[in-house]
Amino acid sequence: MDFSYSDEQQMLQDSVQKFVKGRYDFDTRKKLIESDRGFSDEYWNLFAELGWLTVPFREEDGGFGGSAVDLMVVMEEFGKGMVVEPFLATAVLSGSLISELGSDAQKQDMLGAIMEGKLQLATAYAEADSRYNLASVATTASKSGDGYVISGDKIVVFNGPAADKLLVVARTSGDKFDRDGISVFLVDAGAAGVSTRAYTAVDGHRAAEIHLKDVKVAADALLGAEGKALAALEVVIDRVTLAVSAEAVGALVSLLQKTVEYTKTRKQFGVAIGTFQALQHRMADMFVECELARSIVIMAAMKLDSAASAAEKTKAVAAAKSRVGRAMHLVGQEAVQIHGGIAVTDELDVGHYFKRVTTIEHQFGDTDYQTMRYAAL
Amino acid sequence: MNADFTAEELEFQKEVHDFLKAEFPQDIKHKVDNGIKLEKDDFVRWQKILYNKGWVAPNWPEEYGGTGWNPTQKYIFALEMGLYGAMEPVAFGVKMVAPVIYTYGNEEQKKRFLPDILQSNVWWCQGYSEPNAGSDLASLKTTAVREGDHYIVNGTKTWNTLGQYADWIFCLVRTDNTVKKQEGISFLLIDMKTPGIKVSPIVLLDGEPEVNEVHFDNVKVPVENLVGEENKGWTYAKVLLTHERTNIAQVPNSKLKLQKLRSLAANTADGYGGTLLDNPVFKRKLAEVEIQVLALEFAELRTLAAVSVGKAPGPESSILKIVGTEATQFIDELYMEVAAYHSLPHVPEQFTEGFDGEQVGKGSAAASSNTYFNNRKKSIYGGSNEIQKNIISKAVLGL
Repeated sequence: MDFSYSDEQQMLQDSVQKFVKGRYDFDTRKKLIESDRGFSDEYWNLFAELGWLTVPFREEDGGFGGSAVDLMVVMEEFGKGMVVEPFLATAVLSGSLISELGSDAQKQDMLGAIMEGKLQLATAYAEADSRYNLASVATTASKSGDGYVISGDKIVVFNGPAADKLLVVARTSGDKFDRDGISVFLVDAGAAGVSTRAYTAVDGHRAAEIHLKDVKVAADALLGAEGKALAALEVVIDRVTLAVSAEAVGALVSLLQKTVEYTKTRKQFGVAIGTFQALQHRMADMFVECELARSIVIMAAMKLDSAASAAEKTKAVAAAKSRVGRAMHLVGQEAVQIHGGIAVTDELDVGHYFKRVTTIEHQFGDTDYQTMRYAAL
Repeated sequence: MNADFTAEELEFQKEVHDFLKAEFPQDIKHKVDNGIKLEKDDFVRWQKILYNKGWVAPNWPEEYGGTGWNPTQKYIFALEMGLYGAMEPVAFGVKMVAPVIYTYGNEEQKKRFLPDILQSNVWWCQGYSEPNAGSDLASLKTTAVREGDHYIVNGTKTWNTLGQYADWIFCLVRTDNTVKKQEGISFLLIDMKTPGIKVSPIVLLDGEPEVNEVHFDNVKVPVENLVGEENKGWTYAKVLLTHERTNIAQVPNSKLKLQKLRSLAANTADGYGGTLLDNPVFKRKLAEVEIQVLALEFAELRTLAAVSVGKAPGPESSILKIVGTEATQFIDELYMEVAAYHSLPHVPEQFTEGFDGEQVGKGSAAASSNTYFNNRKKSIYGGSNEIQKNIISKAVLGL
């Protein structure tokens, strides 16, 4: 039994931690969010230089190894800084999907470019009525000549505004909820028929509603076998779910630290409010939640890296997101409440951590969804 | 024991409902129903309609413009207003400063201020909290030093809700530094146009500058603007705070939100071919909060029945503050759950009048997260819920 990081993992953590501490303070982040692009290309290139963009990928694809524990290490540190660069959307979600489904040619074409920081991607999977069911796909891709014609509407596509290419989940056959018949296509963001309604999400990340109307793509735009993409998509979303759960742990630990520090300095009734037992117990509860969240994320990351069955892996991720969801709810709300009015203002970072963890709560399946998914397995 | 309405009360209920249907402006109702941001004029216009009907201040004594209703009628009125989506009058004038003025003010102050509050000619904001005086309100540091027939006021007030609209502010100020902190506080009314006052907006988590900091730099306030006696302001302040807590349970509002939530869930796909209302986990949560609001409603009715006209409710109103705000916040969470991914876009522009760009998401789903974030304030303001628990511990349980 050994829960310590390898030397390589320790170096990875140190390097991300150093970046977040030294170059990602709250004001810097705020300026990035307000910029046209919504994140820093300079930092993105730095991520590439430091090799972080290789973390999600297997060695045979030119990556760092692609272990879930490595990914967890990076994401937890990103969580502490609320990093808005599209690491998750481009490298983890879209990159892993290409890695799972792509042909050698497609991988060669794109994985290197992702790792070098030269390609921005976004995966368009959610639809207006799909909620968290990945098999609920109404967007269609019909055969036309040598290629396909895609039509449909996708919602809340993270990194949609900056993406050079979109990975569009569409139905090539079957009915709306069929597990069979789901395919993934590569679509140029600027292709005729693609329109993007861009916005900033509540957590400061950029996203878009993407409409596809008779978008023509060539046969080689298909990733993997036609109609057989769902299993890979589920594996990738599980991986992404683990990644955001790890990110959440970083954010929650920050919320706890900031709350404890604040209660040591904020005075009311002539004493620091941290001396009130009513608040001490609540912060002790926050600590317990943070520890359980971190523990279950470690469990799930190790499970993903093991030889366990697909079902066991899914169950572990569902358990992690469910439990982290509970922690996000409690720690997020308590951090705000214990800070008081100052935490519902835009000027304090606490509210922004709260918004980020609340966003994570509602991404890739909320707490109830994950709990029921666990129960069903 | 009987909680049914009498025939007269039912008739009154119908009268209120008919009035709202006929008189609550359609354009304002459209905004309320669609989550579109309300402007100052919307509040003022509606309050003037209520004034013309004589219903703007049901809790005031009749001699100053109250309705003379009994507690049941007041409850019915608040219920119908809430269920219809009609806004309550902005609290700072009608519910906060006015009771202090009619209880402790002199005749001249009553004549000078009360009619303009009733008629919504003057917009008031609160000047209680300070950056370092939140839950410990009595530690406030804004000073008022008497110089001839003026006070010179210096300091900073915060959380001035809609202070950007305000014509007047009521302030707690320190007039004596040498005594126990509660005993050196006075209650001053200050014209916001007085030189030396600066209002700076505070942006909240939903991105809106809903509250402000108000800075006072040698602001000259005539002594006739002092309410009651110098250094007795803390007594008046506490009365104001208990009045503030009337209707803080927000039962009618929560009932309306729950009705809408239920029908929203019935029309929201669960992703598997059914609706969210088919989902037993969601249904259970919805039922839990409905039950909570039901219990709260009867707790409020029992409190109301015990309160006579114009009198502030006692410390048991802390129950209403705690449970009422928690219920509202829980309902906000459920709206966000229903919206799922649709709750994540931050598109405030589409909830302003005249927006004609591409709508993101369905209905007001995209506003659900900002409502949730913004309403975290509810368990913090008006005496945080922790302070309410202190009140229950001390004043009710005798601990």
